[in-house]
Amino acid sequence: MSDLGLATAPSDPGPPVSGIPEAVIRIAGNSQDGIQAIGGFLARLAGRSEQEVMTFMTIPSTISGGPSLFQVRIGSGEVLSAGDESDVLLCFYQHSYEGNAAALKEGGIVLYDSDHVHPKPEWEMRYRHVGVPISSLTVEAIGGTGRDRGKNLYALGLIAKMFHLDVKKLTRLIEERFAGKDGSVVTNALACFTSGYGHEVQNLLESFAFFPGEKGGRGQVVMSGNEALAYGIIAAGVRFGAGYPITPWSDIMELLRRELPKYGGTFVQTEDEIAAVSMAIGASYAGRVAVTGSSGPGISLKTEALGWASMAEMPLLIIDVQRGGPSTGLPTNVEQSDLNVACFGGHGDSPRVVLAPASVEDCFYTAIEAVNIARKFSTPVILLTDQGIATRIEAFEAPDLAKVCQDIAPDFTAVTEHKPYDLAAVDGITRHLAPGTRVANGKYPVVTGLEHDELGHPSGSPTMHVVMTAKRRAKYRKLASELPTPVIYGPPEGEILLVGWGSVLGPLREAVKQARAAGDAVSAVHVKHLHPLPDGLGEVLGGFLHIFVVELNDEGFYGYGQLAAILRARFCDPRIRGINKTDGLTWKVREILDRARALTLVPTAGNGASLNPLS
Amino acid sequence: MNTLAIPHERLSRTGAGAGIAAPDLPEGERKPLTKKETAADHPTWCPGCGDFSVLAFYYRLIEKRRIPHEKITTVAGIGCSSRFPYFVQAHGAHYIHGRALSFASGISLSRPDLHVFVFGGDGDAFSIGGNHFTHTARRNIKLTYVVMDNWIYGLTKAQTSPTTPIGHKSKTDVWGSGDRPVNPMKQAISAGATFVARTAATNPNHILAMMEAAMDHDGFSFIECLSECIEFYPGSFDASIPRKGGVFKTVPPEHDVTDEFAAYKLADEPFPGSFGIFYQQKVPTKNANEAKIIADHRAKVGDLADWQILQKSFDRMK
Repeated sequence: MSDLGLATAPSDPGPPVSGIPEAVIRIAGNSQDGIQAIGGFLARLAGRSEQEVMTFMTIPSTISGGPSLFQVRIGSGEVLSAGDESDVLLCFYQHSYEGNAAALKEGGIVLYDSDHVHPKPEWEMRYRHVGVPISSLTVEAIGGTGRDRGKNLYALGLIAKMFHLDVKKLTRLIEERFAGKDGSVVTNALACFTSGYGHEVQNLLESFAFFPGEKGGRGQVVMSGNEALAYGIIAAGVRFGAGYPITPWSDIMELLRRELPKYGGTFVQTEDEIAAVSMAIGASYAGRVAVTGSSGPGISLKTEALGWASMAEMPLLIIDVQRGGPSTGLPTNVEQSDLNVACFGGHGDSPRVVLAPASVEDCFYTAIEAVNIARKFSTPVILLTDQGIATRIEAFEAPDLAKVCQDIAPDFTAVTEHKPYDLAAVDGITRHLAPGTRVANGKYPVVTGLEHDELGHPSGSPTMHVVMTAKRRAKYRKLASELPTPVIYGPPEGEILLVGWGSVLGPLREAVKQARAAGDAVSAVHVKHLHPLPDGLGEVLGGFLHIFVVELNDEGFYGYGQLAAILRARFCDPRIRGINKTDGLTWKVREILDRARALTLVPTAGNGASLNPLS
Repeated sequence: MNTLAIPHERLSRTGAGAGIAAPDLPEGERKPLTKKETAADHPTWCPGCGDFSVLAFYYRLIEKRRIPHEKITTVAGIGCSSRFPYFVQAHGAHYIHGRALSFASGISLSRPDLHVFVFGGDGDAFSIGGNHFTHTARRNIKLTYVVMDNWIYGLTKAQTSPTTPIGHKSKTDVWGSGDRPVNPMKQAISAGATFVARTAATNPNHILAMMEAAMDHDGFSFIECLSECIEFYPGSFDASIPRKGGVFKTVPPEHDVTDEFAAYKLADEPFPGSFGIFYQQKVPTKNANEAKIIADHRAKVGDLADWQILQKSFDRMK
């Protein structure tokens, strides 16, 4: 829509239709208006229409009420982020109007509920205002009960009209959504939607139609990151989990609780975070990798048990859906500030694996990979996702589940002898026997948090501690050598390399596109395997003048974010510097590029002595 | 589609006996395990410690009940008594302080073929692990928990424990402990434990009887076993030891074990009180409840493969 200027005067029989490749629609209201539902319908519709879609939402951490917004970007081509600016703002209240108008691009459309919103004269020049008495028309549509519940669907009808959306598909989506509820619920919902769609918008100067999507093959599925992650855990073969509710991790445990019994598995809501991780470790010991997870403070509580899993070398999957910290922090905002606790949290030398998915689709596959790493390297694996990916909805190609789903049932075949911590093991990696497995020589293994010998029995010998510490370390070096070299987006040489991890990938790739279009030699690399880092990462960093690590965390005491500090320690490279922020929101492409350009003007501090004055 | 950096693979069993499958051992060829076969590391407890007797009668239980070697699963937390799994030649885990019950719950819920025994002390059970004690009891998870209560912290050398009687001088209460002690029996009954028994390390046959009854109980079975710390609280339980002039009084035969109030009354008796099963109730276990949820779901799913079940979910997300 970027190329659309102010349209010409309306003409009968209706406003002119402009073909568009993509649009960003921002919906603002209060947390109980069902605005996520509108966004969800739009996202799902896009998925079924083979379009790409990405959403972004904020919800207040109050118990009920408060401003809430949902942004959805739909495109016929690749959609990498939720968009810096919106084309359309749908607002239900004065505060939603005033609080979000700045996010609208110049000439964009404000579609407002004229029952509650009074346009500001100074903004009427800047944006196109379209007022509809949404609340009162909704009440009218459902028979005048005096309640405006359903105004979200009325508004969805208006948007459907404005964007020539497929009404048949939307109607089906609405019917599916309310299936199983009282028949009057569906009737009312459809009544609201149809009235909105049929409303003659007086001052709508123009309407839009998306270019058709070009995907094919297996079709798309539409879901949130938390859903993709939970289903990935199931596909990986995990059949036991334990957790304690905390936002935004709770969605995952709720889904696993609901779904696992179908697969013969179970999920336990425990009394606290420590019980959750302990129960999961117990189940892993019983033979099959189990899952636990949390967010924020819950991760801190699990660290002692995590140390035990490091020491006993017990496979385990821990999900950390990062949110703003420390302490209770910003429970419903995005941040990437748990990298340090994920890599280093806990006392003693307690190595573990950390990896972070880049997108909703990646959540699904990363869960499977995490389980495979946990098994193969007999180690706890922390999967670091974040509130941004957890709650956003994306469409992605439906996985080939017959190929992807794996069986990780334990092997109970009796063995002649067994030493789990065998120092002579060919690959150097510990293998546990599940209880119930007979060992013919009668020497059974024990697992423990004490330093131990090859059978797991305690050993206070300093030599044994040296040898076993080295054994525990070596397998992570082996993993680092097996990990693929991270992909560079853009040419392998240039002025600036943007380095990111987790949900930063989308905005980074879009930044590369925009910068390259403007003639700047910018490339990007996404580090998915954070701990250990893949051996190939060093060569990737080689070809650039500046290396900027873009992270949603603080620049710290010495001017480097959490990954930047790790990369500096790993590569001792003064070109590595940080671009950080902690405003609880995902990166805008413009923010990244502006900060990167500014930073190129500041000389690098070779010994890290001077702080970064621009961050 | 994404490619996985580390694909799924069948894991080999490394080490000297790598991949060498042992011949089957038919049920008929199995003999009861002798103490020689079930004893592992030499216990590191102080000479005269009550825990020796609990260990000895755990061996006896394994032998008497003919528990197959590979099915023995012994779990403990941290403390003197929690060294237990090292002294048993069997699968076992020495977990972190206070969380042994949570760890054991993970085993119990995912492995109906095993009966897990958890051993620990009063600090593990009622201080750091207090929360897990309560919730494991109320969930009625099928396992046996034997708390070797010595009224003191032994491993860390003579600090006050949650069961230390008022007035006892410890290293952390040099003028005498002031906090009212936990009553393990009452704690267990009120938490919803479905098998609550009390025994003493000085009465071997009684220990064995209690462990057998606990093992046969379908649910969370809890045994408090008085086990004297000869080093830091000698003489603590003399009043319960006949050869030291005390009285070992068993629960009267007319006691109704399903009567919760009667059980509280027994628990309220002044030391040395009674020994035996205070309370036992038949309540569905979490193991059974979860198994039913699974069975109901599996019945609805039919004979679909796992990927097909998942496919159905994904089809709804199109």
